[in-house]
Amino acid sequence: MRLSRGALPGWAEVLLLPLINIALAFLVVGIIVRIIGVDPFHALNRLILGAIGSSESVGYTLYYATNFIFTGLAVAIAFHGGLFNIGGEGQAYVGGLGCGLAILAFDKYLPGWLMVPLAIGAAALFGAAWAAVPAWLQAWRGSHIVITTIMFNFVASALMVYLLVNVLIAPGSMTPQSRGFGPTGQLPALPGSPLNLSTFLAIACCAAVWLFLWHTRWGYALRAMGHNPEAARYAGTDLRRMTMLGMCLSGALAGFVGVNELMGVHHRIVLDFPAGYGFAGIAVALMGRNHPLGVALAALLFGALQQGGAELAFDEPAITREMVVVIQGLVILFSGALEQLPRPWLALLLVRRG
Amino acid sequence: MDDLAAIVFLTAAATLRTATPLILCAMGGLFSERSGIVDVGLEGKMLIAAFFAAAIATITGSAWWGVAAGIVAAEIMALLHGFACITYRGNQVVSGVALNILAAGLTVVLGNAWFHQGGQTPPLDTARERLMPIFFPRAGDNVLVYVALASVPLAWWIVARTRFGLRLRAVGEMPLAVDAAGISVSWLRYRAVLLCGLFSGLAGAYVSIAQNAGFSRDMTAGQGFIALAAIIFGKWRPFPALGACLIFGLLDAIAIRLQGVVVPGLGEVPVQFIQALPYLLTMFLLAGFIGRAVAPKAIGIPYEKEH
Amino acid sequence: MTAPPAIELSAIDKSFGGVHAVRGVSLRVESGTITGIIGENGAGKSTLMSILFGLYHADAGEIRVEGVPLRIESPRDAIAHGIGMVHQHFMLIESFTVLENLVLGVEGGFLLSHGMARARAEVERLGREYGLSVDLDARVADLSVGEQQRVEILKVLLRGARILILDEPSAVLTPQETDRLFLVLATLRERGVTVVLITHKLREIMAVTDRVFVMRRGEVVAERRTADTGPQELAELMVGRKVRLQVDKAPAHPGPVMLRAGHLRLIDGRGVPLLDDLDLEVRAGEIVAIAGVSGNGQTELLQVLAGVRAPTSGSVTICGRRFDADDPGDPAGRRAIGLAHVPEDRLRQGLVAPFQAAETSILGYQDEPRFSPRYLLDRPAIGAHCRDLMERFDVRPRMPGLRSSQFSGGNQQKLVLAREMAHQPKVLLVGQPTRGVDIGAIEFIHRELVKARDRGCAVLVVSVELDEVLSLADRVLVMFAGRIVGEVEPARADERRLGLMMAGATA
Repeated sequence: MRLSRGALPGWAEVLLLPLINIALAFLVVGIIVRIIGVDPFHALNRLILGAIGSSESVGYTLYYATNFIFTGLAVAIAFHGGLFNIGGEGQAYVGGLGCGLAILAFDKYLPGWLMVPLAIGAAALFGAAWAAVPAWLQAWRGSHIVITTIMFNFVASALMVYLLVNVLIAPGSMTPQSRGFGPTGQLPALPGSPLNLSTFLAIACCAAVWLFLWHTRWGYALRAMGHNPEAARYAGTDLRRMTMLGMCLSGALAGFVGVNELMGVHHRIVLDFPAGYGFAGIAVALMGRNHPLGVALAALLFGALQQGGAELAFDEPAITREMVVVIQGLVILFSGALEQLPRPWLALLLVRRG
Repeated sequence: MDDLAAIVFLTAAATLRTATPLILCAMGGLFSERSGIVDVGLEGKMLIAAFFAAAIATITGSAWWGVAAGIVAAEIMALLHGFACITYRGNQVVSGVALNILAAGLTVVLGNAWFHQGGQTPPLDTARERLMPIFFPRAGDNVLVYVALASVPLAWWIVARTRFGLRLRAVGEMPLAVDAAGISVSWLRYRAVLLCGLFSGLAGAYVSIAQNAGFSRDMTAGQGFIALAAIIFGKWRPFPALGACLIFGLLDAIAIRLQGVVVPGLGEVPVQFIQALPYLLTMFLLAGFIGRAVAPKAIGIPYEKEH
Repeated sequence: MTAPPAIELSAIDKSFGGVHAVRGVSLRVESGTITGIIGENGAGKSTLMSILFGLYHADAGEIRVEGVPLRIESPRDAIAHGIGMVHQHFMLIESFTVLENLVLGVEGGFLLSHGMARARAEVERLGREYGLSVDLDARVADLSVGEQQRVEILKVLLRGARILILDEPSAVLTPQETDRLFLVLATLRERGVTVVLITHKLREIMAVTDRVFVMRRGEVVAERRTADTGPQELAELMVGRKVRLQVDKAPAHPGPVMLRAGHLRLIDGRGVPLLDDLDLEVRAGEIVAIAGVSGNGQTELLQVLAGVRAPTSGSVTICGRRFDADDPGDPAGRRAIGLAHVPEDRLRQGLVAPFQAAETSILGYQDEPRFSPRYLLDRPAIGAHCRDLMERFDVRPRMPGLRSSQFSGGNQQKLVLAREMAHQPKVLLVGQPTRGVDIGAIEFIHRELVKARDRGCAVLVVSVELDEVLSLADRVLVMFAGRIVGEVEPARADERRLGLMMAGATA
């Protein structure tokens, strides 16, 4: 528990250190862009323009950010309980399955005002269930959640391919995807834009997670467990049940990616819709310091990068959309694993000796 | 009878072909994990090695330069992992995840910038730029297959019979005891991480320039995680890990053979189920339903020297 | 001409932060003898020996080994100069064989086979010579604690040590194993090895040492030839004549029994009994203190009583409600019927370091309706509650929004104590009430505990501070090796007898 070399003033700890870490990540990105032979400042300019230059691009940015909010919150809420959920990808996938199944089953019978909440609930339920298995295995059988959630990503992927190829495939279709959702199973969206009502769900989730973590006794107990399991046990918290609760909430949040993607955009169950959002959630959570507001801001940034990156790739043939993935990786590296890198220098600068 | 023999031979060969990168990767990961450094970044190391092996093989026209480049690329990733986890005592899982994501992005970005084929490398010339079968043209028994097979007894020998191996095992169990014996914990772990880079580099090179004729995006497709599963399944020991790799390789070979085949009494076995089996089996093992996999005690915990 | 002393320490000084752990200690250990260093917890004996072994660096002073002045920077230096140390917590790798553990660091070449064979022959020779037989191919995890200790001693001898330091070697041993250890130590002395034994047990000092140094509060207060002294004198020297802290309190008026432990037994994973058929009773309106050297089961006793840990067998009765080993309940359930618990280690158990003081002030009580009326925590009520506690217990600074870790130790302790006492508990468990707390706060805490008693609360205090125990308690129970070995009335306490009981001499 002792502070490692060089304690810093509070504001440096909360603001400066994370900012320096992100700056380092973007510095490396700049170098890579340079190596590819593109002027980094030109690229940045293009990227910003592509992300917020028109109302259409803002719509895309917000739509991407919605996914990042869901997975970022999922990682953050688990982190608060000391649990590292790398299974967001699989939970999003299965959450989408839940939402899709609910719609395929009921879209012909239920009105929209009933169908939509039901489908959202199903997404949460399925995502939570997919997270509950690794949680149960850790709490009761002692297998580590990091490994089991990774494994469950692959199992989810195999399961979805099987279901889409063999079971849910629309009759007569050649591509493995389900039949289209009826109108009651579709979320209202802006015309010509993928931006849909899920964005409000994401904002509500931010508020709910904040409320849960800092203003309910369960959130209190979850954070106590994350910071100091022994103290939590002293306080009478059942650590096993709290592990289940933390992971289920995390899985449910990840499951909402399915709502945005399937109910909001594709209007059917398709393959591979989580497309790395689950992993990117780790970057979002780390960058947002696990706080819902931070997560929302980080998600906006990543959403802008995703959209701007796509535009940039269109303009600059030398750059592909995967540049965004590189940035995600570097952000995780610098604000996660190498978090302590600038500390000694910063301490030297800020803390007077003596 | 000849048919059966041919099927057996081809299945065995296919098993070995798929198992080769798993074996190499698992042996590398084994060194890292035995030293107490978790490596969920095997996938990333393999992927980046696959890319650089294919890219350099194309550019230089030599498979051997490709192999060397693959190793160097994986070693750089390994050093980054070591830097974050050993020197800066960062979270090992976070570092591994970061490197995986970085590799997934970087290979496509660089591939596209250099070759303009959407992240792929140009198809490799079969004679010079790929590693070709040595004895059995139909079996694909190139040199890395034999290296993989040799790496298992080698890993066993190093771990069980050498001074380095003894210290490696010790540092994964109780770094404090190693430190107290006057041995540098960091240097030991760095060597382990570098060995991991070497083997996962070979695994990556195999995938792009021996098994296939060039790099395509995400071509390792989770094999690094299967290797990780094999390490756990083999309880962090070389020969059992080899067994796990062969089983997983066999599952894959069978999955391809069974595609669309109706098994009497069972109906059509879903290929996806067989593909998910390695993960499911590993989860069962971890949950203690089949034996118990006991990880090195100090795994995942950064070592803080007291003073 | 006589041989130079094996160890000569002059004017060794060492501070940790504000704590002056070793104050100008000088001592000589003659070659080929067994020398004991005895003292209470925190007397500085382990720190002193850790300096000799290179784990800490002295702030001042000189170390001579066999007449040569040395700078010992690390354990490696110490080993090179023939000094070996057996720690209280063994540095053995459980999954390794004995031989593998022994050769770690001295493998003798890249290939193990050669060095291992040589080491095996050497260890067998050492084993015969010193009577230290161990199965070299057994896994350490399968060995008894006594055998593991022999492996540690062999490890030190294999590295050519001529000076052997043992830190509380018998803490984890059974009496039989301890006797066997003494035989080994005597053999080592016969063969010319110098042994330094750090202990707080008088029996050991009397049984094996030639000379003994008594340490108290970082200083050597006496040096005796073991033959010229006795347990009585040593106990007195160890405890010292202390100025009693004065706690104003009226005589107790004990009421009905509120806390009872019956035949409590707790066996750890290795089969070592931590609590051994322990019985105790605390009545309403009295303070019962448990005295004893730490590591004799006090920590575990508190955990079991508070419901943090389940006993192996036996029962705990709180306010008439009985909890058995097979249905231990949880800490929350015990709180609900009127138990409060100030844990021994406040940083590890009593608070969550990054939590705000206000959040820490409801730890364990977060489910109460006044803090959590329906679904949401009532933040203003919690803040007011915290401010109220801070006011009443003089916690500074009075900032409920500050992180718990940013308060000083004394203020953290007052906050935890305030939290636990605020609910008017019927039974109050307090572990080390004043550890790391400044003098002013100590008096305050003691007064508050007495007030709680006068309200009719049954208070059980566990403390390693004898002063505190004697000034605060109405009854003192002495704990040794997991059991209560005696009861003392503090007013008429004889410190010498108490010291003997704490050191297990009358057990």
